[in-house]
Amino acid sequence: MAQIAVAFAVGIIFAFGLAVSEMINPARVIGFLDVAGRWDPTLLLVMAGALAVTVPIFPLILRRSKPILAAQFSLPTKTRLDPPLVTGAVIFGAGWGLAGFCPGPALAALASGSPSVILFVIAMLVGQWLASRFETR
Amino acid sequence: MTEPNTLGGLIGGALIGLAALLLLALNGRIAGISGILGGLITSTGRGDRFWRCAFIFGLLAGAGLYALTCGGLPLELQARGPTLLVAGLLVGVGTRLGSGCTSGHGVCGLARRSPRSLLATMIFMVAAALTVFLTRHIF
Repeated sequence: MAQIAVAFAVGIIFAFGLAVSEMINPARVIGFLDVAGRWDPTLLLVMAGALAVTVPIFPLILRRSKPILAAQFSLPTKTRLDPPLVTGAVIFGAGWGLAGFCPGPALAALASGSPSVILFVIAMLVGQWLASRFETR
Repeated sequence: MTEPNTLGGLIGGALIGLAALLLLALNGRIAGISGILGGLITSTGRGDRFWRCAFIFGLLAGAGLYALTCGGLPLELQARGPTLLVAGLLVGVGTRLGSGCTSGHGVCGLARRSPRSLLATMIFMVAAALTVFLTRHIF
């Protein structure tokens, strides 16, 4: 129960971060990606602000034997720089550049009730499902 | 819109970082949005689904709360109809295949000093910038 409450609260903080930084706004994101246009460095500042917090403190947390509320850390297990990683990043980048939405901002922007955002999120879910069909487990 | 949002960017970024810290320290989870969402597709067990849904509801509630208290959400769509559909599909397929998105690889993975995340972040940034260049300046 405590972990559910944490997840909800963390979602709220995350969404505020996306809104305050305007990363929820595709125009800001495209402005950053458009290096040949009027370049907008805001996304870089957001990354810097986030990494200034996570880079020094993540190792301290991971030094513990387990998290505060859960039995163990659930971390990614893959370590190889394999073709799916590269192909996936290229495909994701293409989609990100087309609409200016990545998963976090798109989900948060659902709160606007915009049919366009709903369409994007449904397409994203279908895409994730399609790709999951081809996973070998 | 063209002026950089310096203060908002730094503060908003720090909030995103704080969210990632809390989720890792308390629940032992990586705050990668595509992973949290995608886990719902292949997830086993109700407990696992619950926290993923709670996080996503939190995202929606947070954005809604921001809209109510700060006078709406800044939202200027950059694509419509078919383009949004294709973009959504690509983002879904790409993040699943590539094991993450901007938050998972970019914010959390780099903090874990993961070579996979560093490579993925560089590639999706370049691919996205190239896509914007092609769609805004060439075609």
